[in-house]
Amino acid sequence: MSRWVCPGCAYAYDEAVGDEREGFAAGTAWSDVPDDWCCPDCGVREKVDFEPGP
Amino acid sequence: MASTATVPEGSTTQWRDKKRYLWLLGLVVPSLAFLAWGLVELTGWSGFWYLGPIVVFVVVPAVDLLAGLDRSNPPDDVIEALENDRYYRWITYLFLPIQYAALVWACWMFTQSTLSTVDKIGLAMTVGTIAGIGINTAHELGHKKESHERWLAKIALAQSFYGHFYIEHNRGHHVRVATPEDPASSRVGETFYAFWPRTVIGSVRSAWHLEKRRITRRHKHAFRIRNDVLNAWLMSAVLWGALVAAFGVGILPFLVIQAVIGFSLLEVVNYLEHYGMLRQRTGADGTGRYERVDPSHSWNSNNIATNVLLYHLQRHSDHHANPTRRYQTLRDFEESPVLPTGYAGLIILALVPPLWFAVMDKRVLRHFGGDLTRANIQPSKREKVLARYAGPSAPAPEAAA
Repeated sequence: MSRWVCPGCAYAYDEAVGDEREGFAAGTAWSDVPDDWCCPDCGVREKVDFEPGP
Repeated sequence: MASTATVPEGSTTQWRDKKRYLWLLGLVVPSLAFLAWGLVELTGWSGFWYLGPIVVFVVVPAVDLLAGLDRSNPPDDVIEALENDRYYRWITYLFLPIQYAALVWACWMFTQSTLSTVDKIGLAMTVGTIAGIGINTAHELGHKKESHERWLAKIALAQSFYGHFYIEHNRGHHVRVATPEDPASSRVGETFYAFWPRTVIGSVRSAWHLEKRRITRRHKHAFRIRNDVLNAWLMSAVLWGALVAAFGVGILPFLVIQAVIGFSLLEVVNYLEHYGMLRQRTGADGTGRYERVDPSHSWNSNNIATNVLLYHLQRHSDHHANPTRRYQTLRDFEESPVLPTGYAGLIILALVPPLWFAVMDKRVLRHFGGDLTRANIQPSKREKVLARYAGPSAPAPEAAA
């Protein structure tokens, strides 16, 4: 399970936790998040911009 | 980011926020309805029922022109402390109780026989001004990560029945800003009157589409109470329903007028913010992603009166680069295109298209170094606009054979 962090606003997507509000259940793999999905907090960065996080 | 703030970083031990107490002036806006009544009582001149439009279209533009510019930026090392100083956010929260006290009081006032029809229209316009600037307060709150602030944003939008703005602005406009796909980015050659239906209808459509896509990831259909477009509209329906129940169906025209003025005020500001700006597409053939939003994609203004009343909304470039940043820490950037005066004054220009084009089109041209083909142009006006502003570098039209 890994974490992906928005380089713009530090929002983090944690595969173990998912993001219920965005419609991604806990355990949803990063690869299953759609490519056109945008950071839900800042709306500036898209999935391809996200970086692996701690 | 590599952007240059206009004030160099320096010693910060002595730095104090000169605008700290000026931000309280933002609370004058929701108080305008009460102030209007006070001034009518005091002077006997019923024209003061129009205090909202008087302040926005006369007083603020005049102060902007006289008081000049404020280009001060907080030094980098105080930004975090400034951001976390809760004093600033409480000022925005306090807007809401005054806003709603004014709305309820104005509904009651509207039913009183002491007011003439002309007075009532003035009162509706003043309350509409509050509703519109309330959308600005909602905008500041809706960008924040704290869920209570997002809730407050939706509450502030209930008065103007514009709750879908919270979704469309954050997830639609910010993603597609300065592209032809964004309903809220205006184009060269597009009048405000052509922009208005495009942005009003386009925003509703886009907000619904965004929420539908989010919710149907997990559920079969989008008609759920957790749909933020639906629950925000429901909040407005309950609010308006309660006001009609309390004051009678006769206040419906008042509610409609103030809402239309409120969201039109927001939309005319949208019209100013990205006029003609266009993000180029990456890739050799120009079909790739849009380049990332940078300070050159938003118009800015440092006119202090509008900036204080609108929580630094005119430092729009920094806002688009860092949307979750709080108003008190927004900075001015040297490389941003600059409007000739504050939003308040420019709204008047926007309402008179020939004036608007005369003042703004040459600024767009200059911004793109004389090459208007790099601007966001209204498709139906493209040839006309390009012909009018063909620069000296453009090939001369061939003489008729």
